[in-house]
Amino acid sequence: MAKRFTDGTLALSGVDLDVGQGEFLSLLGPSGCGKSTLLRILSGLIEPSAGSLDWLTAAQQTRGAAQPKLGFVFQEPTLMPWATALANVALPLRLAGMSRSEREDRAASALARVGLAGFETAYPRALSGGMKMRVSIARALVTCPDILLMDEPFAALDEITRFRLNNDLLSIWQEARFTVVFVTHSVFESVYLSERVVVMAARPGRVVREIAIEIPYPRDETFRTSAEYASLCRTVSLGLGEAIAA
Amino acid sequence: MSETIALPRLEEDVQPRLAVRRVLGVARDAWPRILMPLIIGIASLGAWEIAVVVNDVPPWIVPAPSVILATLLRDWHTLSVSLWITLQITFAALAVAAGLGLLLAILFAQSKWIELSLFPYAVILQVTPIVAIAPLIIIWVNNVKLALLICAWIVAFFPILSNTTLGLNSADHNLRDLFRLYRASRVQELFLLRLPAALPLFLAGLRISGGLALIGAIVAEFVAGTGGQASGLAYRILESGYQLQIPRMFAALFLICVTGIVIFLVLGLIQHLLLRHWHESAIRREG
Repeated sequence: MAKRFTDGTLALSGVDLDVGQGEFLSLLGPSGCGKSTLLRILSGLIEPSAGSLDWLTAAQQTRGAAQPKLGFVFQEPTLMPWATALANVALPLRLAGMSRSEREDRAASALARVGLAGFETAYPRALSGGMKMRVSIARALVTCPDILLMDEPFAALDEITRFRLNNDLLSIWQEARFTVVFVTHSVFESVYLSERVVVMAARPGRVVREIAIEIPYPRDETFRTSAEYASLCRTVSLGLGEAIAA
Repeated sequence: MSETIALPRLEEDVQPRLAVRRVLGVARDAWPRILMPLIIGIASLGAWEIAVVVNDVPPWIVPAPSVILATLLRDWHTLSVSLWITLQITFAALAVAAGLGLLLAILFAQSKWIELSLFPYAVILQVTPIVAIAPLIIIWVNNVKLALLICAWIVAFFPILSNTTLGLNSADHNLRDLFRLYRASRVQELFLLRLPAALPLFLAGLRISGGLALIGAIVAEFVAGTGGQASGLAYRILESGYQLQIPRMFAALFLICVTGIVIFLVLGLIQHLLLRHWHESAIRREG
């Protein structure tokens, strides 16, 4: 799978990026560098004003609009407050016209996958911030997406919850091996999670560096406290510093 | 993966609390809300009664509460017929206002152009005093009951229209993106996203309109005067005024007030029942 586009406006300029199938990629950069814009273009919510987005799937080596199945996790949990956790997770299936019993089964197992079994009938307001985000992730996973797009999903959470969600996200990803494009402004999060960190700079939004994180999975707390992790974070931090100065 | 997660216990929030102490079937801390207004009401009526008796005020100026109550019971037959007519007009007007208001708001939400072109006329309908156009409507529409219904509807419909329009347009933008992402049809977006998001504002509009529909029905009947077969409570008040039956006037007035209060409470209850699981307005805060 490859994609490429260039955007004539100031939001993004001359961005050329390939994302491999099954890859965990982080987009890292200061605010205003267009990383969320890039993600929204990937999702098809907005069109690039110049350039194009190509999906190459193994089944069909044709370029163009054959969009793979997407899951999107927003910065806020973005749940429907009037619906239970189960109904929220089942929403993408309901929109696709799946029967009630089937979509509820699948939604329940998606909830169990993010560790929320037993909370099917809870309304979002009764859930903590981290649990709402879990519901949001379950909703993105329920369609078994080829690509999971995440827009600073854990930015509003406390560090303890964030670490726990990082670990859970990694173990889900290792099981299913979908592609993840993860937008963040945390150096530590990007290094901990991804195989490749793409550093972006602002005005105009552009890619300035790509740093591979060649540490095998599973990664856990041992990795988080290792010297290797610290030195990678240092490298990425320096890259980000250059991007901000650039 | 499950052993890494220690979820906080949420039973208290998720399950209805069972430990609410009840006195005579009503939650204990709800009693002051019922008792205090009742005490004030009884005290004022008592003061009124005493003032009328002590000063020997004639009943055609200010009747004592006991006289009003006696009149209410004595004339219950005619008054209840009138009450029924007023109730019919009020609820029919409210139902039509809710239905048309909702439909028009949905139409507005479909296209900015429709909203731009029609909304000013809805405002004109709202700002025109009903007393000024009621005579015209009564002339144009032969059926008095229908004429009264139209007047009450004009008064009641705007809050529902404007509130619902606002509600339909205020669905979370990220959720709208999500619906687009999963290629939801317009109908799906309307029923699964916009209408539920608009429900709290629609219900708030309905609560305002409930009172307005009653006022509209009464005012229109005053304008229509004694000319009709539809003799609601306003007609009784006019008639009692001509006959100097002041206690009966008060009795009719009392019925109108009670009707207004009951409409307000019933719509409040509907609002609570529909929103209690999720909307901030319907959730009791601790402490």
